[in-house]
Amino acid sequence: MNLGLFIVFGALCVAGALNLLFQRHPINSALSLIVVMSSLAVLYLLLGAEFLAAAQVIVYSGAIMVLFTFVIMLLNAGKEERTHGSKMAYIAGIPGAAALLALLAFIFISRGGSFGSARLGEYIVTTTDLSRVLFKNLLLPFEVTSVLILIAILGAVALARKEH
Amino acid sequence: METSFVPFVLISLAKVIVVVVILLMAVAYTVLLERKLVGRIQNRWGPSRVGPFGLLQPLVDGAKLFLKEDLIPEAVDRPLYILAPMIALTCALLSIAVVPFGADVRWHGVDLFEIADVNIGLLIVLGITSIGVYGIALSGWSSNNKYSLLGALRSTAQVISYELALGLSLVGVVMRSGSLRLRDIVNVQATHGLLSWNFFGGFQFVAFFIYLMAAYAETNRTPFDLPEAESELTAGYHTEYSSMKFAMFFMAEYANMITVGCVATLLFFGGATSPFGHFLSGSGPVSIALFSIFWFVAKVFFFLFLYIWVRGTLPRFRYDQLMGFGWKFLVPVAIANIVVTSLWLGFLTPVH
Repeated sequence: MNLGLFIVFGALCVAGALNLLFQRHPINSALSLIVVMSSLAVLYLLLGAEFLAAAQVIVYSGAIMVLFTFVIMLLNAGKEERTHGSKMAYIAGIPGAAALLALLAFIFISRGGSFGSARLGEYIVTTTDLSRVLFKNLLLPFEVTSVLILIAILGAVALARKEH
Repeated sequence: METSFVPFVLISLAKVIVVVVILLMAVAYTVLLERKLVGRIQNRWGPSRVGPFGLLQPLVDGAKLFLKEDLIPEAVDRPLYILAPMIALTCALLSIAVVPFGADVRWHGVDLFEIADVNIGLLIVLGITSIGVYGIALSGWSSNNKYSLLGALRSTAQVISYELALGLSLVGVVMRSGSLRLRDIVNVQATHGLLSWNFFGGFQFVAFFIYLMAAYAETNRTPFDLPEAESELTAGYHTEYSSMKFAMFFMAEYANMITVGCVATLLFFGGATSPFGHFLSGSGPVSIALFSIFWFVAKVFFFLFLYIWVRGTLPRFRYDQLMGFGWKFLVPVAIANIVVTSLWLGFLTPVH
């Protein structure tokens, strides 16, 4: 059952990602991205990370993508025009992507053992476990990250403010 | 206790069907209740012709909506136009799946009064609510109509703004129970009846009022019903919809109201427990089940009544007032509530 769900939602995720690239209208692409993010949430849930799955739905599908669609609707963006693409994309892009993929694959294969592993539907990380790690063992990095985000927000406000 | 697969599936399927049918009936009769109550508030009768006291009015309305012609305007974005009411209604009906609407009564090891008992029940309700806004946003955009688009934009902005206050207001409750599972949250409030409810004993009344106001805004109800402000936008996001598609938006709105009532009951008013502790909570398994259902339904009914009462009483906000109220008042008060609650809980719990 877990494997079946994994295959279904993994396929949905890939199909959504491809649809995101091939759709010509931005709102369809945004909707495909929502499908990708929601199916990722199901994959997290299958791996036992229930809080992460809920956070993925609430934060990504529910808040960030709503902002995306909001902006697309507000700007009334039309269909994209199809071009033949730039030469640079063909010359540098495809080998670059292939090299990146090869590098990642090499690292995963050679160092796979040191990443730790999770099995489908084997162990559920409860919210209590997660909060114990976040607020006890990793308290300082966690708080420093929040300060970093605050600085980013202040920077955005400073950039967006009109000069008087 | 482990149960075997086939009875589990069958009982779950039966639970789903029963709950969805009851929910849809409740939606239909909430509409009637609203029409009757708003009628009485405005010193008129409301529907009174079909059946005794107009009780058959919802059935007749349903038949009428089914038989109406389903118009699809020329200029709409067809797939999204059809998809939008489905998203709205699905999301509205989904979140009832994690609501425990009765005592923990088990039959063949399966919880009878809750469809799915999950550890992160509260987060699931929040997540589904946050997805539900796509129904409104897409309906407004795909209708290709200025009024619809304006309604959808207002709704999206409003929901994003108030979701923050809503989420923050629930943190105090979660801190008190130490769990996101809705049954645990109810059990914390079950010991001394009224006195151990989060609203009274948990001192979460500030959080409750923040939740109530934010939830009214999330469900687009008066005084926050700007997305469908009749005097400005004809009907807002569902201007171009007719027949059953319009009815789906309508049902989604009322189902969301019922969900809000359920969540308020569970989080602040002790869920399915009796307000008098062990008095009036039943003794045998059957009477426990009946009494718990009775208390739950009574509490949810109170919240539905409050919704309608507020609608009959308060005028609509202006848009800038709405945004200012959400960001400058509700969010800071919710954060203050979190700080005060955590200090209070911190002083109460002994240091290890």
